[in-house]
Amino acid sequence: MVAIAERIRGRRIRFQFAFDRPRVLGSLFLAPAILYVLVLVGIPFLLAVYYALSAYTIYNPSYHFVGLRNFIAVVQSGIFRRTLLNTFIFTIGSQILGLILGKFGALLLLRPFPGRKIVRALIILPWVVPIALATVAWDWMFYSLYSVINWTLVTLGLASQGNAPNWLGEPGLAMLCVIIVNAWRFFPFAIVIFLAGINAVPQDVLDAATVDGAGFWRRTYQIITPIIAPIVVVGLIFGTVFTFTDLSVVYLLTMGGPVNATSVLGFEGFQVGILSGNIAHGAAISLFMFPVLLVLVIVMLRFIRRREI
Amino acid sequence: MAAVSANEVSKKFSEVTAIDEISLAVRDGEFMVLLGPSGCGKTTFLRIIAGLEKQSAGDIVIGGEVVNDMPLRARGIAMVFQSYGLYPHFTIRDNIAFPLKTQRIAKSEIRVKVAWAARLLGIEHLLDRRPRQLSGGERQRVALARALVRDPTVFLLDEPLSNLDAKLRASARNEIKLFQQRVGTTTIYVTHDQVEAMGMGDRIVVIDHGRVRQVGTPASIYDDPADRFVATFVGSPPMNLVEWNSGHLGFRPEHLLPKEMIRDGEVTEFSFRVERAEYLGSERIVYGELEGLHSPAEITAKLPPAHVPLASIRPGEWHAFAVRNSQLCYFDRDGKRARRH
Repeated sequence: MVAIAERIRGRRIRFQFAFDRPRVLGSLFLAPAILYVLVLVGIPFLLAVYYALSAYTIYNPSYHFVGLRNFIAVVQSGIFRRTLLNTFIFTIGSQILGLILGKFGALLLLRPFPGRKIVRALIILPWVVPIALATVAWDWMFYSLYSVINWTLVTLGLASQGNAPNWLGEPGLAMLCVIIVNAWRFFPFAIVIFLAGINAVPQDVLDAATVDGAGFWRRTYQIITPIIAPIVVVGLIFGTVFTFTDLSVVYLLTMGGPVNATSVLGFEGFQVGILSGNIAHGAAISLFMFPVLLVLVIVMLRFIRRREI
Repeated sequence: MAAVSANEVSKKFSEVTAIDEISLAVRDGEFMVLLGPSGCGKTTFLRIIAGLEKQSAGDIVIGGEVVNDMPLRARGIAMVFQSYGLYPHFTIRDNIAFPLKTQRIAKSEIRVKVAWAARLLGIEHLLDRRPRQLSGGERQRVALARALVRDPTVFLLDEPLSNLDAKLRASARNEIKLFQQRVGTTTIYVTHDQVEAMGMGDRIVVIDHGRVRQVGTPASIYDDPADRFVATFVGSPPMNLVEWNSGHLGFRPEHLLPKEMIRDGEVTEFSFRVERAEYLGSERIVYGELEGLHSPAEITAKLPPAHVPLASIRPGEWHAFAVRNSQLCYFDRDGKRARRH
């Protein structure tokens, strides 16, 4: 009798304090995140694989297994190869430009000046303004005839009305434009990352470097940069992944033109899969992002682990 | 190596005066300790000497040269920081080599010097590790090696022992002192710990509220305090004070003894009421009050336990205590030391 009573009490206590156990509470807290990833990332990814191995189009929505034929067709297309190259140029270009602007901005914002708090708040704007609105403004500024950029160039005598640059109309310039707009979107994020990193460098370390005879450049590149590198790389991973998969700037500014000069993977996949209805090809194009990003993320994470301090 | 002096140096942070006309002369090869409570301006003063802060007024002279406008790296100073300021991403070898690299010294020479500094501080086996893999004591030695490696004119140490545990602190104290005697470099050492100051300094500067209160050898600071602040800041327990002719009368706890223990010299007698006693092994500290005298803090007496049996001093009892007249200090109403009462 005694034994049974004790067992019941033990069970009740176990139930009562279930949330004290990390396994129970931890799983509970993790569940929403796992569910989110499974439903909104896992299932679409599996669907993409499923479509990419089929001949599925919106005109013929039946599953017919075709193996890797879609991938082969995509790789053989000149437009796709151009798109893949564009994606790399677009991603690397806007990341480099964004990092430079970010570091520059962070160094400026570290210095005390009147109105610094307001500037710090305003600098975040490009990041929070809806991309559609911002791109419309940029579209207007790049417009070749009456826009502010060309007007300035003509007024300064750097170009004449007749041969002012056709920003969105020439392949090279159009790519430059989408890179500039994307870097402009990304640089407040880079500033925040750099500010957080630089502020986390202990003052004692900076003072020690100064006393040890390091000037501004040596302090910046031999002390601060290596110490904040892991933080910056995390920011760079985010930036790269978001840029590599992004299609909004291109879609809103150039529609991939002129003549596919600014078409990127996300845009091309959308164009072929959704707008043209060839879902199988669209899925295959989009899946090309996966191995590229996987390798990229692994390389960067290994770099962080090696540099961990 | 060089002498360091400060002439009426002041530092104001907007409205707050951190350093108030400090003048000080540190001799060549001397171990000078800046002692004061936290927030007294001692670290700011050290940073001004280093060149990390610029004084609002006054001159800093190193080796006979006014260095006010000399860039920091031209001053030839080495500094050890409270949390050491080691470079986390460098190995210990690169940490020690860094001040040499900034001077563009040849690689072969850097190798020789790093090896020499590492041997002197016994850290040769740590050279390929990174700072986070080291214990507090080892990090401190690395910081010393990095300071030492380029033959500095002056060593500045900013509370280098405050991050060590009590046992390690005692041995590190000894090590720093021996090391300084061996290299003979002028050293300015900042601390709020009077034991460090008394044990290590050739001379001590007591600073409070940005002003120098007294400069002197540990013995003169302890035995002959210049004012009431120094008297109560140095010593543990601090000097006893009782109100006396609009000023104060002070005496050290170890000088307040049972009357029968003092055999010679003129004495002043007190009637001492014991409130409680602490036995600390090598000494017994007795707390209480003096009859008819008002004092700002509890009166303490430090007694050698061997000479005073426990049973003879019980709480609540009155005892006849005395202090030799030569060991009494008088302070006037401003807290300044007065020769006569």
